[in-house]
Amino acid sequence: MPTRNINPFAASSPTITSSLDAMNEKTEPARRSSFSKVTNNKFTQFFSTSPKSKPNDAAALQAALVAQQQALFNSPSQINSSLLSLPTISLSTATGEKTPMEATTLFQPPSPTEVRRLARTHAQFGPIGSQAHRCSSKFEGPEFAEPIEDEPPYYFLITTYISYLILIVFGHVRDFFGKRFRHKHYSHLKERDGYAPLNSDFDNFYTRRLKIRINDCFSRPITGVPGRFITLLDRKSNDGNNTFKLTGTTTETLNMSSYNYLGFAQSDGPCADAAEMAVRKYGISLASPRDDAGTSDLAVEVEDLIAKFVGKPASMVFSMGFVTNATAFPALVGKGCLMISDELNHSSIRFGARLSGAMIEMFKHNDMKDLERLLREVISQGQPRTHRPWKKILVAVEGLYSMEGTMCNLPALVKLKKKYKFNLFVDEAHSIGALGPRGRGVCDYFGIDPSEIDILMGTLTKSFGANGGYIAAEKHIIDKLRVSNAANLFAESPTPPVLVQIASALRLINGELLPGQGEERLQRLAFNSRYLRLGLKRLGFIVYGHDDSPIIPVLLYNPAKMPAFSHEMLRRKISVVVVGYPATPLVSSRARFCVSAAHTKDDLDRMLTACDQIGDILQLKFSSGIAGGAEPLPEGASADMEKEFHQPGTAQVMKPPRWRIEDVLARGVEDVQKPLR
Amino acid sequence: MPGSAILLRYIRSSYQNDPVRSAVELFLFLFAIRYLLAPTYSTQKQKHVALSEEEIDELVDDWTPEPLVAPLTPFEEIQNEKRPVIVGPTGPKSKLSNGRTVMNLASYNFYNFIANETLKEKAIQTLRTYGVGPCGPPGFYGTQDVHMKTEADIAAHLGTTACIVYAQAFSTISSVIPSFLKRGDIIVADKAVNYAIRKGIQISRSTVRWYEHNDMEDLERVLEKVTKEQARKPLTRRFIITEGLFENVGDIIDLPKVIELKLRYKFRLILDETWSYGVLGRTGRGITEQQNVDATEVDMIIGSLSGPLCAAGGFCASTEEVVEHQRISSASYTFSAALPALLATTASETITILQETPDIMVQLRENIKAMRAQLDPRSDWVKCTSAVDNPIMLLVLKPEVVASKKLRIDDQEFLLQDVVDECVANGVLITRLKSMPPALGAGARDQGWQPQPALKVCITTGLTKKETEKAGIVIRHAITKIVTRKK
Repeated sequence: MPTRNINPFAASSPTITSSLDAMNEKTEPARRSSFSKVTNNKFTQFFSTSPKSKPNDAAALQAALVAQQQALFNSPSQINSSLLSLPTISLSTATGEKTPMEATTLFQPPSPTEVRRLARTHAQFGPIGSQAHRCSSKFEGPEFAEPIEDEPPYYFLITTYISYLILIVFGHVRDFFGKRFRHKHYSHLKERDGYAPLNSDFDNFYTRRLKIRINDCFSRPITGVPGRFITLLDRKSNDGNNTFKLTGTTTETLNMSSYNYLGFAQSDGPCADAAEMAVRKYGISLASPRDDAGTSDLAVEVEDLIAKFVGKPASMVFSMGFVTNATAFPALVGKGCLMISDELNHSSIRFGARLSGAMIEMFKHNDMKDLERLLREVISQGQPRTHRPWKKILVAVEGLYSMEGTMCNLPALVKLKKKYKFNLFVDEAHSIGALGPRGRGVCDYFGIDPSEIDILMGTLTKSFGANGGYIAAEKHIIDKLRVSNAANLFAESPTPPVLVQIASALRLINGELLPGQGEERLQRLAFNSRYLRLGLKRLGFIVYGHDDSPIIPVLLYNPAKMPAFSHEMLRRKISVVVVGYPATPLVSSRARFCVSAAHTKDDLDRMLTACDQIGDILQLKFSSGIAGGAEPLPEGASADMEKEFHQPGTAQVMKPPRWRIEDVLARGVEDVQKPLR
Repeated sequence: MPGSAILLRYIRSSYQNDPVRSAVELFLFLFAIRYLLAPTYSTQKQKHVALSEEEIDELVDDWTPEPLVAPLTPFEEIQNEKRPVIVGPTGPKSKLSNGRTVMNLASYNFYNFIANETLKEKAIQTLRTYGVGPCGPPGFYGTQDVHMKTEADIAAHLGTTACIVYAQAFSTISSVIPSFLKRGDIIVADKAVNYAIRKGIQISRSTVRWYEHNDMEDLERVLEKVTKEQARKPLTRRFIITEGLFENVGDIIDLPKVIELKLRYKFRLILDETWSYGVLGRTGRGITEQQNVDATEVDMIIGSLSGPLCAAGGFCASTEEVVEHQRISSASYTFSAALPALLATTASETITILQETPDIMVQLRENIKAMRAQLDPRSDWVKCTSAVDNPIMLLVLKPEVVASKKLRIDDQEFLLQDVVDECVANGVLITRLKSMPPALGAGARDQGWQPQPALKVCITTGLTKKETEKAGIVIRHAITKIVTRKK
């Protein structure tokens, strides 16, 4: 394939000019306002480009833009909030009245349109409150330890089982009478006119009798950008959650649910500007599979960028993350091959594995001992029945598990790989962009050379605010996949706006575009993840996962607490995801928070306060203290001394952490930088 | 404990100073419990060879796996080398990376919606309100109001009660099939169905019976046979799965006949309209409109928003019950991010355009006719297997040509690739029908049906009738030149 390095947008100078032109257009009303005679002071310079700069001087403009962005980042939150809290002044100026005060104003308040624009931007991506709210996501320490999973008192486990028992008994009682007295409601589960029912009565029971009770917590429709805030369309049900009616009103909530790790879900800013240009220049679609005529210069360029970003020689992009996995495995393994998969791997990996026709074995989640045992067994025994050696063994793991918040133990996997010669496939759907000091996923986080891993797969939906997936590997592997991967032959190619969104997000992260902004996003995400996790642990919640993971599952256990938690959060204008069986084991229903770089510390404080209140109402503070959240060490004590203190032999009683919310908020920022305890 | 008195009394009366009897009874009781709880199949690994740790280490050292991927075959190398890269916008005239501008007859840009400025403006408006990606699966705050509108628009267009939009067309049917069909269910499918349907059938683990491509008598025979075989067994779900417009052959089905048969034998019908939705019928409603069948007669209609509609994503239109079931149990819907908002609105817009200006379809058919006139009756070497209204014209070598030149399947592939290259050299971009990738490690016997290698020519209204005719002449001459050169 010809690899012409065409760069039609963003980084090239004409593009910068045009994207800046767009910005100038937006800021123009501000300059035309009644304040235009007042000379620009340093505050206005933060929000509008200097009128002195010539539009055709690209380099100067770029510098101005960078300075402007930098100024935005450095400005403390008070200034931003004071600007936002000045609508009254702006309103009076909108009428055109000139008060004597105006001439002596120290700084120029932004125009109402500017205020609205800023408010909108901040609803999608919150401004950083302080430079202290950043830290780096990096693996430290010699041994990668499994996170300690705390357990609640037996009371809660028993009541959880009893709750399910009651729900199931009630369900059966209702079915028993329903089937006799309300035939109409059950007709779809019975044979009808010689046709078998579409859903079997048994399979449908869980949905019909359990899930429907909490249906209002799922599939909540939204409108607008799923950024820092998310706008829900209010709905209500008059028939027990069977159907919903939109009420026509909306609620803006804090978004703790979208996979918007780096905050690229934005409808303005450099990515959206580039996407708009792509629509204008390239149209909306490529209307062809990649192998026919769907390979545009944009796709080639994005593949180059991704390959460089993840540190592999070549890559290919797909229009859907699920399909990336579903078609990758059949092209890699087949009859006579073995696939070893983590038991908690995503559905798309299972889908692909089943399609491939390879034998599938599973090992316990993240348990490297179990994996080694399995490897020794399968290699020594060979294929079942024939005992021939396996053609190849492919181990598939995820970088970051979306329901657990755990990371794969990559150092141990690489060690095993060297010994047992298997091929390693790492699905970085959630970890790409979200982990590592440079956002390059688990390899970056652990400081492992990406060449140690055979295939790096990831999605572009989550951290990059686009859609689709990619596979990165050695060039000869990618070359083979291009001709043997079904999605490359038959599925639609990613569309130009999506491709450009990916490219500009990648350029922002690696610092080619607006240097500093990508780094800020990465460090804010790391800070936010650790801050919220530490706060929840200190409040006494049971939290799963590793400390740097932006996915934070909070355990609820009792099934009734799922809707209760979701509703209480919604009352406090926060949208969260609750998950229960079958996505999780029956007992460990949970709420899952996805932290984003778009969140500010104030948002997380709001979240922690809400959790504190709800935790008290719903009795969710179960933790025993073994998983962290301990009281601060006394003066002069070091971490080593503490370890001795907690030797298993010494009968030291663990004190369950139940911090007051004020203390959590007061100490959080400082303690996040240290190893969490 | 309630009932414990009865239990104690029973034990006391059965004991009767005979401890041996009690021990035997207890043993029998425990055995019965163990027997009842044991799985019905053997859990012992068959022929498990016990090995010592040293032996295992030796075997581990000994084992050398095959490389992860096989080396490229010569034809695959050509494929990688010759894949066209379009620089700049895709349109009826596209610029390739070698600097040449060619007439693009390889994209599914039938109505040239890609260049439509109104659509672009609408898409940009959406982009400025919703951003690009929805950042989450539909179940977790990924369902946007625009998705609900697109679903309603498609349902209204087709005349069904409900519709569900997937994020990608290719994965739609592969996921719809296993969400309804499980092990033990029965599928009767056309032999020539596309790759996505095959994968859906494979993953559903249902029993599948194939019938000869578009042969209604054979379909009837198979249905009859299945009904007889299953007569004594418990009733399971039975489906006919076929395409409206076949991706691999290009012809259309006789839908009224299929409906008649499905009703007679009490099968349900899943109809893949990926290639016919937006193409057939007066307003692009697909095969149902063209053959005057009520869309509700078909149990599930699967279609694409990415081909002719120039947006992205796929859909399944059916009843409320079917759609709601998919929202929780269809893998590629629940476990994948939703469709980007701007693509959903584009689909809505293009559906409106199809309904409001059916003229564009007339224009497209004119162009198809113009192209056909240049190729099908006129060329001595190829024939067109596509239906007359199908803008994707599949040109296969005539059987007598294949026989006289003794061309095997891969010879034909090479030959047609040369034709494609010759066309590109003369300023017309066309492509080949891609063969379905075989399963790795599968023997020749497992291959199953494969389409005959074909050239794929996609007609567009972006070119005038004159230009289309000109392109047709180029293609015809290229075919003649390459095929006559081949000994």
